[in-house]
Amino acid sequence: MRPSIINEVDLTFWIINGISILLLLLITVAMLYFVFKYSKKRNPVPENIEGNTTIEVIWTVVPIILVLYMFYISWGGFINMRDVPKDAMVVKVTGQMWKWTFEYDNQKKSDTLNLPHNKNVKFEIFSQDVLHSFYLPHFRVKEDAVPGAQNYFWIRTAELGTFYAACAEYCGLNHSFMYAPVNVIPEDQYEIWKNSVPADTTKKDSATVTPVTSADTTAGIKSDSLNSGAIKDSLKNETPASDIKKTDTLK
Amino acid sequence: MANGTIAVPHKAAEPDFYHVRTKHTGIWAWLLTTDHKRIGLMYLSAMTFFFLSAMTLGVLMRLEMLTPGETIMSAQTYNSFFTLHGVIMIFLFIIPGVPAVFGNFILPIQLGAKDVQFPKLNLLSWYLYMIGGILALFSLFIGTGIADTGWTFYAPYSIRTTTNVSISVFAAFILGFSSILTGLNFLTTIHRLRCPGMTWFRMPLFVWSIYATSWIQVLATPVIGITLLLVILERAFGIGVFDPTLGGDPLLFQHLFWIYSHPAVYIMILPAMGVVSEIIPTFSKKPIFGYVPIAISSLGIALVGYLVWGHHMFSSGISDTSRVIFSLLTFIVALPSGIKVFNWVATLYKGSIEVTAPMLFTLLFIFIFSIGGLTGLTLGALNTDLHLTDTYYVVAHFHYVMFGGMGLIFFASMHYWFPKMYGKMYNEKVAKVSAYWIAVGFNTLYFPMFIMGYLGMPRRYYDYLPEYQIWHVISTVGSWILVSGILIMVFNLVKGIRSGKPTTANPWGGTTLEWTVPSPPPLENFDVIPTVTTGPYDHTQMQKQLREQYKQQQKAEEEKN
Repeated sequence: MRPSIINEVDLTFWIINGISILLLLLITVAMLYFVFKYSKKRNPVPENIEGNTTIEVIWTVVPIILVLYMFYISWGGFINMRDVPKDAMVVKVTGQMWKWTFEYDNQKKSDTLNLPHNKNVKFEIFSQDVLHSFYLPHFRVKEDAVPGAQNYFWIRTAELGTFYAACAEYCGLNHSFMYAPVNVIPEDQYEIWKNSVPADTTKKDSATVTPVTSADTTAGIKSDSLNSGAIKDSLKNETPASDIKKTDTLK
Repeated sequence: MANGTIAVPHKAAEPDFYHVRTKHTGIWAWLLTTDHKRIGLMYLSAMTFFFLSAMTLGVLMRLEMLTPGETIMSAQTYNSFFTLHGVIMIFLFIIPGVPAVFGNFILPIQLGAKDVQFPKLNLLSWYLYMIGGILALFSLFIGTGIADTGWTFYAPYSIRTTTNVSISVFAAFILGFSSILTGLNFLTTIHRLRCPGMTWFRMPLFVWSIYATSWIQVLATPVIGITLLLVILERAFGIGVFDPTLGGDPLLFQHLFWIYSHPAVYIMILPAMGVVSEIIPTFSKKPIFGYVPIAISSLGIALVGYLVWGHHMFSSGISDTSRVIFSLLTFIVALPSGIKVFNWVATLYKGSIEVTAPMLFTLLFIFIFSIGGLTGLTLGALNTDLHLTDTYYVVAHFHYVMFGGMGLIFFASMHYWFPKMYGKMYNEKVAKVSAYWIAVGFNTLYFPMFIMGYLGMPRRYYDYLPEYQIWHVISTVGSWILVSGILIMVFNLVKGIRSGKPTTANPWGGTTLEWTVPSPPPLENFDVIPTVTTGPYDHTQMQKQLREQYKQQQKAEEEKN
């Protein structure tokens, strides 16, 4: 069993930030203490200290060790992220202004991402127009969608529930509306959904390459905000009933 | 008054550079001047205008973020605002800021020189800066709308959008020339115009930091110049360098962009670090702790800073091997900055510390900049970066390093060299209040962004999910506190310029050469070019004096008892 990417990212985050908080405290407390103790009032005569080689060496070497340690643990996590398990199912993700399309191994296309529970999933990421970034906040991972290139990452769907995908690379007017619901559902339900008709749930989009002009942009924009409720509503039509958990937030 | 260490060799009658008779009068005395001090002040006034404009854009953006959905502006306006905010702040304030204003005004005096090596080129740089700045603002009012690409101009979006990208990009191109020429001027000045006795390791650390910065400006800026030109050509003629539909490569743009723009963040921060190394010894009344390590670490940062651009592209699909190498180098480049912070704190040890307004800004800088630097570690780490990159975490980190770093030190420099530049003094109490006010506003504004970023809020989002609203509200309230603090500070300084009390040549007890000339300095700074015999932070004279004073005081007290 491979270690969970989510746990590894969080652990690395808190180890590095834990060390950082200690260093910040050290610097700040020392600074405040010196400013207090050696204030003009308490210490009218300064001492002439120009430096100290031993101390310089210590505070060069210790941080080197610390950052190398940080590099080492993040490197380990990174290797796990890039090494896709052999049994991973493949979903093709295509970004365009401003929606995601997901294509499954039976050529079924959907703008909602439905995934079976407890599976490794590899995403092959493409773009039709400009740069996008396929970001799954709950799974702590993103990778850019680059036109003319193919990128990838993988996740494990360890948890049933509803999450979301967002676009993290600025792509123009409706960049902040480029969400897609991500449902992790029991495998049998997933199979039923995948093999159900219609196979192509995406509408034929005539303007795959949308020219952006300030004139036509304001018209197309939704004035109401996209909220998690809206994501839930849209996915209810698409997915078989399943015990959908509260919309994802990080703990 | 703690001055008196250095005698002022000037005749009292000599007029300062404001009042000296020159070839031109009135406004032409400024617009046609080649005096480094006047040019520095012209940069300062232009920069104040640009900074306040971009700050206003920032406040309006924060106001838009108060609620999800539309609050006060449309998505298109918001996208243009963050582009313009970034372009103005980066290219017109943060990059040129400290070198153009304080480098120009102070650096030649610190070297014991009458002016920079090429005074006319210096004036040309100012004009290029103004043309670039005005062009950037001009793009607001003409054509098909303000650029909406973000300040990074990423292709292929920047090729495709019909907004005024070409003009903004061309503005940045011209500003690049201003930057290169200023760098060249300072490099030559530092090599050629050091006064007798001013060896390399007797130069003030501010000069060292400008020296390292200038090399980056001269060597890295041409890369962005050609890149931006290619964007314009691509937009006009479709030459197919970056556009994948024409066989181009969008990642090539990112590589070229960051090969300049990563070293550029050191153009932004190194001069500020130099100022910190001036202010702390002055107000601790002792030499800087570890002069040589600080000087060398500036050069180290400039050198290694060239080799880490790939860390902006960890999620772009560059090879895994290159990601690992760039990550390792990124951790290495963090070290010299850390060493500098340790040295600054150690300088306080056994000093006799006076927390004046510039010192207060500097101490707040150390705290805020440390947060900025340390949060950079999780962005340099490979696996955490793939979660955090392109989220508010990056926005927070960037503002902590750049605004908390360069911005706060720009404010500190304003207060530190204010008496030298204007011969007057601002209200010290108001200045200190504004410093605390700014620090509170700053952290309220930017700290929630770390939390939002970790929770998964992407950057450059006009709209957001409702669960983030609480953090956005706190952040927006912070923006109001921060801006009111900045306005208090600006009003206090303006009042000081107009009606501040006259000050002396050396009100702080500084030991570098600018404190040996009158405030404000005469046209050619020195009557007689000085000869330097000690390091830049030699406080021994003053320490002797303080010891004497202290002994006398104690004697007097004993007699009383």
